[in-house]
Amino acid sequence: MKIGTTVNGAARQDEIEDRLLLVHYLRDRCGLTATNVGCDTTSCGACTVLLDGESVKSCTVLAAQVDGREVTTVEGLSADGADPHPVQAAFRQEHGLQCGFCTPGMVMASVSLLRDNPKPTEQEVREGLEGNFCRCTGYHNIVRAVLAAADGVSS
Amino acid sequence: MIPAPFRYLRADSAAHAVDLLGEHGDEAKLLAGGQSLLPVLKLRLADPAVLIDISRVPDLSYIRVDGDEVAIGAATRHRDVVESEELRREVPLLPHVAGYVGDRQIRHRGTLGGSLVHADPAADLPCAVLALGATFVVEGPSGQRRVDAGEFFQGYFQTAVGADEILVEVRVPRTGGAGWAYEKFVRRSNDWAIVAVAAVDGRVALANMGETPLRATATERALAGGASPAEAAASAAEGTSPIEDMHADRAYRAHLARVLTERALVTAAG
Repeated sequence: MKIGTTVNGAARQDEIEDRLLLVHYLRDRCGLTATNVGCDTTSCGACTVLLDGESVKSCTVLAAQVDGREVTTVEGLSADGADPHPVQAAFRQEHGLQCGFCTPGMVMASVSLLRDNPKPTEQEVREGLEGNFCRCTGYHNIVRAVLAAADGVSS
Repeated sequence: MIPAPFRYLRADSAAHAVDLLGEHGDEAKLLAGGQSLLPVLKLRLADPAVLIDISRVPDLSYIRVDGDEVAIGAATRHRDVVESEELRREVPLLPHVAGYVGDRQIRHRGTLGGSLVHADPAADLPCAVLALGATFVVEGPSGQRRVDAGEFFQGYFQTAVGADEILVEVRVPRTGGAGWAYEKFVRRSNDWAIVAVAAVDGRVALANMGETPLRATATERALAGGASPAEAAASAAEGTSPIEDMHADRAYRAHLARVLTERALVTAAG
């Protein structure tokens, strides 16, 4: 089938197999490989992207379902990478990553959380990120990073 | 994991979805948010030839007060249930329980109707709507019919919705200021319940104590007869037949049902 999407601000048209998953569309068709496939079972959140501004797990969305809609991956957060998004800057400043595998999903889940709740409490950050696992268990610094981004400390 | 091949079709109304179901028969499955169905397809536990996407049908997503009930479109997302001012005011149990479903990402996609027709006996929302005494509006080739919550859940992952039918609306009675509570026992924050209990206005429902969510009828009778929460909760596991798994055996689930029911009744009594 044919779909039209806007990915990181750029409109595209693609002929896809009906069963293609959004995460594979992004990685294999759009060449955007920052979005990782982790558990592949809607648990770990490594594949989190924004669909019309809301966080979703792209391993559990069909590419066919984003026809006519807007997708943002971590590559789309800052125009040239030299000027990181405040959440990205906060993750760097607070050392909110260790191996980095969960980071693109953590960042996108955090961007979505802060859009809905710009000044979350620590508890709200922890609950808001319950769908994202860090196998390095580096949660404390991740939570610190999200709180720092909310405070604008890192900008 | 990649699902087996299927054809993706998009319905633009409930009637269109019913037509497509009629055309493709048992080969077709309805797709809304996909948060239960897509994992099943990826594990190849099901391989429908056709998926009929109803997630964009505009007249399946709404929340409106209608007489002494609140009518909710079946494709209304969990997020919209959680945030609904009408539901928080009129049926506070439901948005509270919807907040337990999965995580934020899942609640951005998953729908109330999808969770109910999936009918996992360990899931949160089937238990809540059973306690609320909801009515289900189902549409098929010969029009609409209504199904009571007590008749809707028929077995493990089975409901009263026929292969040629679609759930279009869930109607929940307005409970207003009546006491309510939801007690869920899990080992990890966003797991399915090992056991959960929903209590509202003298009615009590149990999750994961049998093949469907169950009313704790002995407890309800005791409450109606003036029993205290502790006395009423003592019979919460009567008539249940819970599974045994790595989390809990039958006796432990029965114990959880009694303990959680007492907690729920104490909270509901305010």
